[in-house]
Amino acid sequence: MFQVLFFALLVRPFVRLIVGLNGYGMDRLPRSGPAVVIANHNSHLDTLVLMSLFPLKLLKKVRPVAAADYFLSNGVLAFLTRTFIGIIPIYRKREGNEADPLEGVYQAIREDCIVIFFPEGTRGEPEAMAPFKLGVAKVSEKFPEVPVVPVYLHGLGKSLPKGEALLVPFFCDVAVGESVTWKNANAQSRQELVEIVQAKVLELKKVMPHQAWE
Amino acid sequence: MIFQAPLNHVQQTVGVIAGVLVLATCIRLTLQWMNPKKNYSELRARIRSWYVIAGLLLGSILLGRREALIFLAMVSYLALKEFLSLIPTRRADRRVLFWLYLSIPFQYYFIGTDWYGMFLIFIPVYVFMAVPIRMVTVGETKDFLRALGLSHWAVMISVFSLSHLAYLLMLPSSHNPAGGGAGLLLFVILITEGNDVAQYIWGKLFGKHPVVPTVSPKKTWEGLVGGVVTTSVLSMFMGPYLTPLHGWRAWVTGVVLGIVGFFGDVSISAIKRDLGVKDSGNWIPGHGGILDRVDSLTFTAPLYFHMIRYWYY
Repeated sequence: MFQVLFFALLVRPFVRLIVGLNGYGMDRLPRSGPAVVIANHNSHLDTLVLMSLFPLKLLKKVRPVAAADYFLSNGVLAFLTRTFIGIIPIYRKREGNEADPLEGVYQAIREDCIVIFFPEGTRGEPEAMAPFKLGVAKVSEKFPEVPVVPVYLHGLGKSLPKGEALLVPFFCDVAVGESVTWKNANAQSRQELVEIVQAKVLELKKVMPHQAWE
Repeated sequence: MIFQAPLNHVQQTVGVIAGVLVLATCIRLTLQWMNPKKNYSELRARIRSWYVIAGLLLGSILLGRREALIFLAMVSYLALKEFLSLIPTRRADRRVLFWLYLSIPFQYYFIGTDWYGMFLIFIPVYVFMAVPIRMVTVGETKDFLRALGLSHWAVMISVFSLSHLAYLLMLPSSHNPAGGGAGLLLFVILITEGNDVAQYIWGKLFGKHPVVPTVSPKKTWEGLVGGVVTTSVLSMFMGPYLTPLHGWRAWVTGVVLGIVGFFGDVSISAIKRDLGVKDSGNWIPGHGGILDRVDSLTFTAPLYFHMIRYWYY
């Protein structure tokens, strides 16, 4: 309820008007779960933009993966991200042999959610994509028929890069590609699947007008 | 209070525009009905976007001057954002670009308070200097001139030029009993858009000799001349109806706006070619970007404003 209002009244007007989206291949977005949407990660805005692409009705089922060490680091932030965003917390630094850090993701997929995943693992240098980590392949191997939908985002790293608090608006280009499953990709190993989806994401870069940011 | 009795002509014009849009929908439905297999979704998106654009523009004009100023400030914001998103920018300039955005509320505030002198000089004098001042304090000298020139051009076309549309609403309606400020604004928008359409149609029908082949091979002399003649005739009919323009001045206005509208359009085309993009964006379904829509207006608006002001105010 709060989440729907938050998105309808704040996030959507902000994303559509203040930031502004140029969308490419938007009809490839999954219309129901389970699905995994993966994207390159440049900015805190990435999650809000990706979530706002889905109809409000679906919002409850759209769950972004977020680093527990960052978003659950203090009570207020934890409350906000859990209530309004519905994050799946991931504990990036493992200490000892506790449970699989991706357990929350598996659970969400079993509940037919659309999981938003940033395989780079961090925002990193703005507008530069780091090599993908293996997590996305682990999820895909476990659920070989669940589609992995590649998305490329450009511009949000310019609007609000890591380490900056001042928003300087730029249009955000969003390109959605054809989905991949573990099954139809014929991947022999996790590494191979990661390479396939990474190539898919990078390929999307070509569909949008692209300007260097020096 | 803002628009007094003359409002009638403006209301009639709004009615005609609404009629044209409904007619466009009817034509699309007829086409679809005659060729059920053909896909008209692009045309449909285009017409639907026209409803939204016309609805917001005309709705804000009818609501009142303040609402219309807010709408036009928003258009400046969107155009500036699109321009800054298209061009190469330096990370070091984030704060400089933020200042460019800040110029919009200032410029429209000067308009809203009818501070004519400041409206005229704020961007060419103050912003002109503020940009390099902020840039040298950042201290990045690599590509300095390029970044400076791009910033100035961005703010000139999207804020300075387009804000002349807004100042039309501030011109005293006692000088224009036919249509008031709203009439002046509707006239330049209709003439500019009408000129684009007329040039397109004349070019489609008779176009052979390109005017600027390296920039826009489809823009022909036949289209340009046919369009300008059509626009000047349109201007002679619409001038006395919505503005103080009549007789030879209405004709000259039509000719001048027809020609500079063409050059505004091809200047933005040349920029897009330089940057290697086809459309300035795809934010408006079926149309492309905002700059694609207001390209001719960035040239016609300031010129028309100063012609009108010189002659009648």
